[in-house]
Amino acid sequence: MLTRRLFLSDWGGMTVLVLLLAMVVLVPYANLVLPPESPWHLSTYWVALLGKFLTFALLALAIDLIWGYAGILSLGHGAFFGLGGYAMGMYLTRQIGDRGVYGNPELPDFMVFLSYESLPWYWWGFDMFWFAMLMVVLVPGLLALVFGWLAFRSRVTGVYFAIITQALVFALMLAFFRNEMGFGGNNGLTDFKDIIGFSVQARETRVALFAVSALVLIAAYIAARYIVTSRFGRVLIAVRDAESRARFSGYRVEHYKLWLFVFSAMLAGIAGALYVPQVGIINPGEFSPLRSIEAVLWVAVGGRGSLFGAIIGAFAVNGAKTWFTTAYPMVWLFALGALFVLVTVFLPRGLVGIFRRRRREGDA
Amino acid sequence: MAAWLLVAGGSLHAETQAFGLEMPAADLTTETTTPAFGIIAQADPYTGDMMDPSLLGTDPESAERETVETDDDLMEEAVYEGLEETAADVDVLIQRLPEGSFNDRRRVAEELAATGDPRVPVILTALLEGRLLATADDPPHILIHAETGRGGRDALTGELVDADVIASGRRIPVHNPLRNALRNLIAVATISAPDPERRAASLRRLMRDDVSPDILAYLDERVELETDPRVTDLLLTVRALARLNVDDPEQRLESIALLRGSLLSEVRVRLEATATRDEDPEVREAARDALDSIESRIRFFRFTENLFFGLSAGSVLLLAAIGLAITFGVMGVINMAHGELIMIGAYTTWFIQTLIPGALSTSILLAIPAAFLVAGLVGVAMERGVIQFLYGRPLETLLATFGISLILQQTVRTLFSPLNRPVASPDWLSGSLYVNPILSLTWSRIYILIFAIGVFIALLLVMKKTSLGLKVRAVAQNRPMARALGVRTGWVDALTFGLGAGIAGVAGVALSQLTNVGPNMGQAYIIDSFMVVVFGGVGNLWGTLVGAMGLGMMTKFLEPHTGAVLAKILVLIFIILFIQRRPRGLFPKKGRAAEA
Repeated sequence: MLTRRLFLSDWGGMTVLVLLLAMVVLVPYANLVLPPESPWHLSTYWVALLGKFLTFALLALAIDLIWGYAGILSLGHGAFFGLGGYAMGMYLTRQIGDRGVYGNPELPDFMVFLSYESLPWYWWGFDMFWFAMLMVVLVPGLLALVFGWLAFRSRVTGVYFAIITQALVFALMLAFFRNEMGFGGNNGLTDFKDIIGFSVQARETRVALFAVSALVLIAAYIAARYIVTSRFGRVLIAVRDAESRARFSGYRVEHYKLWLFVFSAMLAGIAGALYVPQVGIINPGEFSPLRSIEAVLWVAVGGRGSLFGAIIGAFAVNGAKTWFTTAYPMVWLFALGALFVLVTVFLPRGLVGIFRRRRREGDA
Repeated sequence: MAAWLLVAGGSLHAETQAFGLEMPAADLTTETTTPAFGIIAQADPYTGDMMDPSLLGTDPESAERETVETDDDLMEEAVYEGLEETAADVDVLIQRLPEGSFNDRRRVAEELAATGDPRVPVILTALLEGRLLATADDPPHILIHAETGRGGRDALTGELVDADVIASGRRIPVHNPLRNALRNLIAVATISAPDPERRAASLRRLMRDDVSPDILAYLDERVELETDPRVTDLLLTVRALARLNVDDPEQRLESIALLRGSLLSEVRVRLEATATRDEDPEVREAARDALDSIESRIRFFRFTENLFFGLSAGSVLLLAAIGLAITFGVMGVINMAHGELIMIGAYTTWFIQTLIPGALSTSILLAIPAAFLVAGLVGVAMERGVIQFLYGRPLETLLATFGISLILQQTVRTLFSPLNRPVASPDWLSGSLYVNPILSLTWSRIYILIFAIGVFIALLLVMKKTSLGLKVRAVAQNRPMARALGVRTGWVDALTFGLGAGIAGVAGVALSQLTNVGPNMGQAYIIDSFMVVVFGGVGNLWGTLVGAMGLGMMTKFLEPHTGAVLAKILVLIFIILFIQRRPRGLFPKKGRAAEA
């Protein structure tokens, strides 16, 4: 019954999951086992790039969950992604130990540089992996809980919600740019060495990070799928389509929205945490409103309200971005802008919508 | 004419400094080319070989450092300017110094002081100290005997003179009444320059040190003669400062009462000294009291300054947000490309300036309608091309207009350059309005404040008094009903969007006078504009006005305490919390349409 609900009725999701599983097996094989001369060999650069896309896909999944199923458009999901990333970055920074430029075993380089006396209290515990991982979900979750509780309780919806989430992420960006915040200011956190005892630079670690990202994405997809197909999910869709009617039918709309929002923020936090060791840096740029809006575009391109569409969208847009920025850097912003316009005007259901329409036509 | 003069002498140094005549040594290298005039104490860089520094007891470098430290650009310039006009008078007058009685000499000295020539204080000081010599020639050469050693110089040209020439000169005699008169005349010489700027500068210099009560009589005289109100003000202040040093405590109290009104930092320093050191407790009390009153006035002016900064920031926000308020309020369209429309307006200003160079005022005035048209047309094109297909889907509109903003930015970057474009300001827009030493207001900000209010009123009139405004409001209130009554809603939408975009363009003209004009400039305003609209509510334009001014004030009053970035963060947090209390802003839209 559960299998049928989760997988069998979801042909697109099944395809994406199978592809992801195949990647988990094939990418490490192509990178580690096949010799560099082989035409099927995948360089470590590609492994890291694909790993980065996987974390973006996870962020897109988090956004699709709230936008596609509860009609909550967050233009500030980068806030949760960034906070998760910073939590991971803090763990990695503490792992540098005395290998920094100043060789201080207690304080990260930038703190020595800014002449801190001791570690600020909010850095305590980040030398422990389990604590850092807890913070990766707790900090974004807590922020989402407070922010969402305030917003949904007073029925801030639609465009207003979108704008205040943007204010949130903008405020965070300004705050993290300040050196006084104790998060490395402008430069952020970088120069990482180890993650749970393995060198972040090592090829094996990168492949492992890739595999973990893919597995986390698969797990997150199944969890999200479980939520949206449950009774909880059906209420959410009712909220999305007619909020007042759902409220008048006796549902506590704000509770449904709030818990979904918190879950989505936690997913975004995990995505950020997986992103940081693979790119090797986290800085306040992750909080720029542009990044958050771009993430919404991934979902729009893939097709909102289908979950797997978000994954497809994240890969499609970021793949195109990687290709354009190396081949035609001048054209990229034109292409991105045009993509925004074309998708919203002509493809309101995204890439997934094309397949769906074709399938329906085939059925008829 | 190479007229410069140099007096070696420690006491003169002290004296000239006391009267605020510390001359710069910066331009001594121009001896042969420029009529440079430098009075420095103790050292002459050109002829250092002849004037043994050890003889003077100081090494020239430190003396130069000392003079450079007290260098004053205004004074330096003033010395050059005055020289040409008055030099001839001084040449003639000075030759009459040795002749006649003490009374004649006093009259000549008075005339000399009245010339305002910068050499005069030095010559008179030498006369006072009995170091001014005259040769037996006809007409006589007037020489200044160096304070130490046997050398000296020509009083007019500053050329060094051999010791035997000095020895042949006869001392010009002075007696005590003349000495007293001379002390005052030296003060006269420093503050009777023909140019009011120079007089003001001399007076400011006088204030830096304790002002001697000996020159009171002269100051009284100058107060009578002075025509420039600002210099009169300074004179009265200096006179009051001089009276702080008289023996009569009544007079001291009187002058403290007068000084209460001054905001000059020099006055505050002197009052501090009086408040701690004066022997009379009553005077000390009065000085303390005056200081408190000055402090509270300074606080008031600082508050006024913050108020002005707040209004100015608010006017910028108003300009940036008001176009958005129209498109959002009337059409429910979230236009993320609004900032880029502002940018287009700013680029139009730059473009017109490059088309008609040299006519800055004209090009700015031309730029206002031009920017309205250009940005408005871009807006109409956006509406017809994209937005009209997305009505009723505000979140999709948001994404589509964001895409348009990226395209516009990149277009500008490709067409012109990714670098900022220089936009010049006409004279009447630069500089500032000087109110008092604490408060001065930038003209550009004043004009932009006026301009923003003007745009606001114009828009209000369009919305309330024209048939377009009527239709726009009808569509905003109830779209299907308006259509049923024969309003062409599509046409109204296009014009409304064009109007909002045009206003953004006009805002760009104003903002080009304040900030850098570059492809990214729009992004700086988009979030702020949204905050204003969300805070003020979309019900009416007054909401935007109150929202913009409120946020501007809040930011500027927080800034002195928290710094700019933290102030901005706090304002953002405030808005996030405010929206919880009033989800539709300060002035929400009312009626049935509000829920749609």
